Amino acid sequence: MLRLLALLFLCLAVPALAEETVVTGISTDKIALNANFNGSELFVFGAIRRDGPIPTDAGPLDVVITIKGPPRQVTVRRKSRVLGIWVNTASLKVRQAPSFYAIASTRPVAELLDETDRLRYGIGMDEAVRRVAGSDTIEDSAPFTAAVIRLRTESGSYAELDRSVVLSEDTLFQTRIDMPSNLVEGDYAAQFFLVRQGKVLSTAETTILVEKTGIERWIYNLSRQQPLLYGVLAVLVAFAAGWLAAEAFRLAKR
Amino acid sequence: MQIYLPIAEVSVNGLGLLVIGAMVGLLSGLFGVGGGFILTPLLFFIGIPPTVAVASAANQIAGSSFSAFLAHMRRKTVDFRMGSVLLVGGLLGSFLGVRAFEILRSKGQFELVVSLLYVLMLGTVGGLMLVESVRTLRRAKDPNAALVRRKRHTWAHGLPLKMRFHTSKLYVSAIPPFVIGLVVGVLAAIMGVGGGFIMVPAMIYLIGMPTKVVVGTSVFQFLFVTAFTAILHSLQSGSVDVLLAVILLVGGVIGAQVGVALAARLRAEQLRILLALLVIGVCLKLALDLVLTPDDLYSLTSP
Repeated sequence: MLRLLALLFLCLAVPALAEETVVTGISTDKIALNANFNGSELFVFGAIRRDGPIPTDAGPLDVVITIKGPPRQVTVRRKSRVLGIWVNTASLKVRQAPSFYAIASTRPVAELLDETDRLRYGIGMDEAVRRVAGSDTIEDSAPFTAAVIRLRTESGSYAELDRSVVLSEDTLFQTRIDMPSNLVEGDYAAQFFLVRQGKVLSTAETTILVEKTGIERWIYNLSRQQPLLYGVLAVLVAFAAGWLAAEAFRLAKR
Repeated sequence: MQIYLPIAEVSVNGLGLLVIGAMVGLLSGLFGVGGGFILTPLLFFIGIPPTVAVASAANQIAGSSFSAFLAHMRRKTVDFRMGSVLLVGGLLGSFLGVRAFEILRSKGQFELVVSLLYVLMLGTVGGLMLVESVRTLRRAKDPNAALVRRKRHTWAHGLPLKMRFHTSKLYVSAIPPFVIGLVVGVLAAIMGVGGGFIMVPAMIYLIGMPTKVVVGTSVFQFLFVTAFTAILHSLQSGSVDVLLAVILLVGGVIGAQVGVALAARLRAEQLRILLALLVIGVCLKLALDLVLTPDDLYSLTSP
């Protein structure tokens, strides 16, 4: 398996006293993924920098990391039985849903932050898949947006990775996030939240440019950017492949 | 060995794909049918999105028709004049078919329509084949019932716009071949089939074309119609997966060789019954998928 590790280095400066500021440093901001059959793994790590000693009586420290792919429009369709056959009868356009969304944390986010804070910091899938276009075929959009989250979670595009972030010595943290092979290229927003006692102490944000490499990517890009050229090439390649394979067999027979 | 198909955006077992290609090739080697009608549903079953399966199958047929066409040209079994009439109809049909494909796709009804068409077509073809093979088996025991004569004059000969086709030794109206070509073109675009199962019998029984040149002339038409269809699909919906097509082609050539070798050893009538059963099996599977409650009622499509 080809594994491309993308390194994200992050320093969160958390002074021991009241005023808290965040300083981030990132070593890599561009990731080239070789889209192989089971996708790629993103390795995210960082450190918490503080000027004073680790507070002993302040309660446990938690880290939440979210990675959001470029938003895309998606159409959700629901089937119902018509004359004994299952037919798509209702649909809803979700104008902006992240093409990829992973929430990794040291503990389930619901235990760490209340809903107001989750809303404020935009953490959570419900929050991400909310903006919907009007539809005249349905009344309630909730099951449709829920379906986006469910189906995307099944396909690996969305993931809630509770307890996947390992925080050692209250200073160093790391996690691995699986990326599916049908990833959308573009700017991915990585957000980091440092949480203690239900409060976000500090946040940091960075964008990672995700690019795919390899022949598959080249084929895909050509088909989107030069569809006519791609179509003609596809036909010529098919001619050549069919002809070569047939000739090879004829030679082998002799 | 897993392979990531760039346009279908799914990972599939490369060996499995090769085997599917080989199976289709085996059918064409054994029976002389194109096999597109079995290829596309098999691609549905392994999880290739239907739009990509259909468009890529058209591309695959273009590739396999190319070497077949060269072989027919060497044997001089192509009626180019007749082929051109079929082709003009085919190109128009393909254009209309790609339009219909795009409308159905944007409405989210493509999968349903193509499944229904396949159930209808495979059911009819499989049923007819089964009846025909059973009849042939019986006839083999009764030597008197043998010969079925090709009709020289049908209603197709009474229509206007007559043309002379030297290679086929025919003087018939250009309308029937044009219409046949058109229908086959529409099918190529919507279902990803060459259309031999319609064109070959129609040309023989409706127009009275000599069997010797029918296949070569059909292959000439498929070659250009499916190539045109693949290019149109690339332009309209970008759903041709060239990697998928090439893997299927390579498998197909291997299968075809095996098929030709096997056909010489096995009894044709029994094979035909097997093919009929296979076709009916695929038809039933497609029909079940339409009727049974799906795992998830919801589905997503990104533009």
